[in-house]
Amino acid sequence: MIEVADLRKSYGRFDAVSGVSFTVGKGEILGFLGPNGAGKTTTMRILTGFMPATSGRASVAGFDVFKSPLEAKRSVGYLPETPPVYPDLDVTSYLDFCARIKGVKSADRKARIDRAIEKARLGEVRGKLIGRLSKGYRQRVGIAQAILADPPVLILDEPTAGLDPQQIIETRDLIKSLGGDHTIILSTHILPEVSMTCGRVVIISKGRVVAEDTPENLTARLSSKGAVRLEVRAETRTAFDALRGVEGILTVNPRKNGSGNAVLELQAEEGKDIRAAAARAIVAANIDLLSMSQVSLSLEDVFLELTTKDAAGVTEVAPSHSEIFSPIATAPMAASSPSPEPEPSRAESSALEGPAPQANDTKETN
Amino acid sequence: MSTFTNIGAIVRKEWQHYFGSPIAYAALFTWNLLFSVFFIFALNYFLEASLAPQGGMGGPPKPNINEWIFRPTLMNMAVVALFVAPMLTMRLFAEEQRQGTWELLATSPITDWQIVLGKFFGAVSVYALMIATSLLNFAVLFVYADPRPEWKPILTGALALLLMGSCFIALGGFLSTLTRNQIVAGILSFCLFLAIWTLSWLDNPMASDPVKVLAYLGVTNHMDDMVKGVLDTKDIVFYLSFIGFGLFLTQQSVESRRWRE
Repeated sequence: MIEVADLRKSYGRFDAVSGVSFTVGKGEILGFLGPNGAGKTTTMRILTGFMPATSGRASVAGFDVFKSPLEAKRSVGYLPETPPVYPDLDVTSYLDFCARIKGVKSADRKARIDRAIEKARLGEVRGKLIGRLSKGYRQRVGIAQAILADPPVLILDEPTAGLDPQQIIETRDLIKSLGGDHTIILSTHILPEVSMTCGRVVIISKGRVVAEDTPENLTARLSSKGAVRLEVRAETRTAFDALRGVEGILTVNPRKNGSGNAVLELQAEEGKDIRAAAARAIVAANIDLLSMSQVSLSLEDVFLELTTKDAAGVTEVAPSHSEIFSPIATAPMAASSPSPEPEPSRAESSALEGPAPQANDTKETN
Repeated sequence: MSTFTNIGAIVRKEWQHYFGSPIAYAALFTWNLLFSVFFIFALNYFLEASLAPQGGMGGPPKPNINEWIFRPTLMNMAVVALFVAPMLTMRLFAEEQRQGTWELLATSPITDWQIVLGKFFGAVSVYALMIATSLLNFAVLFVYADPRPEWKPILTGALALLLMGSCFIALGGFLSTLTRNQIVAGILSFCLFLAIWTLSWLDNPMASDPVKVLAYLGVTNHMDDMVKGVLDTKDIVFYLSFIGFGLFLTQQSVESRRWRE
C-alpha cells in the first residue's frame, strides 16, 4: 500500500533523510519511531506530497507521490504534528471546508462530516469555534479531518502528543479501530504506544532506518538489556570490589548519591538474571544492601544503542572481567577513592604555589 | 469542473475568515466612511461652482457632474485602496504558514494555482463588495440631480477602481507568501503600494523615456480614461497583465517554498 525506496532529502549539505526504505501492507499499522530530528516528519511530509524528496521513490496506494501527486494526495489522510485547524472557524464549517478541498462529493458531504465527528467524538463541540477548544479537542478535530474523506491510507504524525492520559487511551483505541480498513503510519517517540497499537515498527535515527521489527521483539530486546541498580551503605570502591567476579555482570557503573551511599548500576550479560548473585555477593562482603531495582532501558537508550553501534559493540564484545573492572578512571570513582596518592599531592602543591606569587605582587605594589 | 469547486471552496473559506473576524467590517467601514467624506466634499465644491454666476462671455463653463464629483471621489478612493488592500492581503498566506494550516492545503488534492486563485478571488470579492456598497452614495444624485447624471462613467470608474485594487491584491498576496508574520507582510505591501503609487507622479510629457516607462507602471494613471467613461483596451490589458504577473509570482513563491521547506 505504501512503498518507500531509498528516499533522500537534503538541505544543502545536511541530510534530513538519507536513504530510507520500507513498505507497509494493506490494513497494517506501522509505528514510525525515532527521537526528535530523526527524519520522521520529513519522511511523512514527503509521503503526503507536502514537499518533494531530493531523490528516491515513494508511492501511496499505487500512485507515485512525485509523478501523480493529486491522486496520491486523494488517497492519504494526514494529521501533521500540529493539527492544521483554523481557530476562527467552528468545527462543522472547518470539516465542511476540508471535505470540499478533499473532493468529497456534495451529496456525501454531510454524511461524511457526521461520521468523522462521531468517530473522533466531537459531537458535543461541533458548533464551537476551534480556537476555543482545548488541545485535546483540537487534536481530535485534526484526526477527524484526516479520516474525513475515508482515504485508504492514514499518516499520523504524533497523534497523541500533548493529550492527557484519558485522551491518549481514547486516541489509541480510535487508531486501532481504524486499522484493517485503513493502512496507517503513525509516528511517535513513546514506546508503549507502539506496542499497544502497531503491528510493526520502523526505528529511524539520523535519517536512516536502524531497526525494523515487531513491537514484541523490540520489547523483549529491551527487557533483556535491562540493568539492575543497587544502593548500598559503603564506599563505592568497597562495593565495587565485592561485585568482582560475580558471574554474568558485564559492567558496573558506580556513583555516590546524595545521602552518601553508593549506587551501582549493573549491566548483565544478555538473558542472564544477576539479581540474586549480586545481592548475595554484597551481603557476603558484609555490606548493607539498602535497595535493589530493575532499570528498564528507556527508549533513548535504545536509540543510543542502535545509533552508536560501533561504540556499544566494543564494550559488549570484550567483557574480559579485568578490563571492565580495572579502568576505574570514571570520574566519580577517582574522586571518591582515597587510595591514589600522587593526584591529591599535586593538587595541594599547586594550591600552595598559587597564592604565593599573588602575595608578592601585592607587597610590591604596596 | 473540480478546478472551479476547489477555487470556490477556498473563496468560501476566505470569506469565513474575513467575516468571522473584524477585518472585513473594518475594511468596509473605513472604505465607506472615507468614500462618503470625499463624496460630500466633492458635492459641496460642485454646488458652490454651480451656484456661482454663470454664462456671459469668458465666464466659467457650467460644471459637469462627472468632472466635479465622480472623478475626484473615485481617484481619491484609489489612494484609499492603497491603504485598505494590505488589510485584506497580509494574512492570506502568512497566516496559513504560521498556523500550520498550510500543511492541510499543501497535502490536499488541489493545485497551488487553485489555492492562489481562490485566495485572490476571495480578497477581490470582499473589495468588490466594498466598492459596490460605497457606490450607493451616488444614488442621491440620480434622485435629485437635474439633468440626471450619466451612469456609464460610474460603472467604468468602478471597474477601474476594481482593477486597480486587484493589482494591489495580487501583489499583496505575493508578499504574504514571503513571511509567516502577517504584520511584516502588511508593512511590506503598504510600502510597495506607496512606491507604485508615487510612480504615477512621474508622468509628464517632458519626461525621458526610462522615466516614462516607470510612470507607465504607476497603476493609478491607467484609471484616468476609465473614470471619464472611456474604456480603453490598452488600460484593461495593462491591469490584467499586472494582476497576472502578481499571481504568477505568488504561485512561483508557493511552489518554491515546497522545495525550501
